[in-house]
Amino acid sequence: MSTFTADQAARNKRSGPPPNTMPLMRRLAYSKVNLWLIFLIPFSVVWMFPFLWMISAAFKSQSEMFLGGIGLIPKEPTVENFARAWTTARFGEYTLNTITFSVTTVIIVVLVSATAGYALGRGRMPGKVILVGLLIATMFIPHGYTIIPVFQLVNALGLGNGLLGAVLATAGPAHVVQIMLFMGYFSGLPNELGEAATIDGAGYLRTFWSIYLPLSKPIMGTVALFQFIGAWNAFMVPLVFTLGRPDLRTLGVGMYGFYGQYTADWTGLAAGACISIIPIVIVFLFLQKSFVEGIAGAVKF
Amino acid sequence: MSATPRQKGLGSRILAHRWNYLFLVPMLVLFAMFTLWPMAASWYYAFFNWDGVASPTDWVGWQNFISVATNPVFWNSFKNSFLFSLVALFIQMPLSLLFAILLNNPKLRGRNLFRLFLFVPVVTTTAVIGIVFAIILDASGGTANEFLSMVGIRPINFLGSEVTALPTLMVIETWKGFGTTLIYWLAALQTVPQDLYEAARVDGANGFRQLLHVTIPVIVPIAIVILVLTFQTSLNPFDLVQATTRGGPNLSTDVTATFIYRYAFDPGEEGLLAPRMGYASAAGVIFGVATLVLTLLQAPLLKFGKAGR
Repeated sequence: MSTFTADQAARNKRSGPPPNTMPLMRRLAYSKVNLWLIFLIPFSVVWMFPFLWMISAAFKSQSEMFLGGIGLIPKEPTVENFARAWTTARFGEYTLNTITFSVTTVIIVVLVSATAGYALGRGRMPGKVILVGLLIATMFIPHGYTIIPVFQLVNALGLGNGLLGAVLATAGPAHVVQIMLFMGYFSGLPNELGEAATIDGAGYLRTFWSIYLPLSKPIMGTVALFQFIGAWNAFMVPLVFTLGRPDLRTLGVGMYGFYGQYTADWTGLAAGACISIIPIVIVFLFLQKSFVEGIAGAVKF
Repeated sequence: MSATPRQKGLGSRILAHRWNYLFLVPMLVLFAMFTLWPMAASWYYAFFNWDGVASPTDWVGWQNFISVATNPVFWNSFKNSFLFSLVALFIQMPLSLLFAILLNNPKLRGRNLFRLFLFVPVVTTTAVIGIVFAIILDASGGTANEFLSMVGIRPINFLGSEVTALPTLMVIETWKGFGTTLIYWLAALQTVPQDLYEAARVDGANGFRQLLHVTIPVIVPIAIVILVLTFQTSLNPFDLVQATTRGGPNLSTDVTATFIYRYAFDPGEEGLLAPRMGYASAAGVIFGVATLVLTLLQAPLLKFGKAGR
């Protein structure tokens, strides 16, 4: 699958428009599809407008915002909104909470899916087929409406009203696609690797930990990236688990609370939105290739 | 270890794989706790009149199911949830296919950049970008309405009026999810062998006929998978609705997830003094069963798709 990597963009640029020596038909074909640019360019501006507005408003003064106008360049750029969002609206704490929540979720999901995928991918034990079937079947059963039992269960464990509870509720439900990714990868690795390790005296754990797991880095990367972005953007679970603890809110929930309390502080909200969104967009921009390939993989899977 | 002969007894085979089973334990424990148990418990809780504080004791039989099923507010939320799905299936899917075909053309300049633009909303936090939209679309002073007034159109209370709120949220939800379906389609288009196009061109087929007779027949099996995936994701617009309108104005954007949320976690909003966890569970069960039926209806399609591959 082709992706929008920088080197590809560069290659596209280099190839440029066809030289005049090309046959007339080919040249027409070039210009014909590029007529769509007349539509695509303004369309992209409208499409990206919420982001443009968000960044612009975050640097505007409150009085400039109050006066209105559709200009996107702040007249007197200020970082005061960021200061207000960071301290008064507690986005500093929310950022830390979000990082804690996301990283812990990623670690649990990667470890649990990797071990399960290893066992299912390398072993041919009784019950394996049934278990894989059961896991796949749950993919098609709608969830998202089982938040109440999950909430009660986490409360019963004494983890209600806390980030660890939110982590468990997010990382807990079987991540079937992730398990299948690891399973497929591990089952495709040659047996000789493990056999050689056994001859050298390595046990099951060592073989997994120092031979197979390091080889699965590409899968670990994809799973971690997906889980990180998913956890960063999570809303319902962190909302429910921080209802009684505003200090533990994640960025999404914090933004919701901020909007509920200071609905009219548009510049402050825009700064809060920048704090929530820009980090995850940067993560995506750096790792877009594996992210896009992961999504495309869901279809071919 | 994987070479255990079949004729050995089940017990010794299990013993031989003890490490494999041990490695499954963390996943199985979490799977039982957070996937299987919640499904069963939703049903169990639905038979109680229960505020969620202590263990449920007040058994009310099917009463919760009956009062949910006779509550027009529930059916209103149910209808809206499926309207979101219909938009995803019948507007977002075909529209993103058209964009995918356009952006799949290697002769289009800057296509990687356009793909990037279309995809960025996918990685943003729905609740946060939803609030950004709510401000841009504000009835008094929002940038969208300032634009409209410049061209002489009276302000529209996008999210504050019963008529426009739901369509507005649907547009935002489509914007948010568009990139995912676009990537699905681009992946599907990659599977079409180029020599089929060559052959079609030799036969004198134009672009539209190539689409109709080459592209679409080849991608139909994958299209069915995309349909199921899109349907599954489209069923839960909770984040956007709760962050922007909380189901309002006057329940016009209420979806089943926000309905359940109010009864279980925000009872004040419903004028209740305590949560009604049993009632909310019954609503969740009814919605879950309905979506399961609709998903199962797609199963024959999936089989057909697999056969076509």
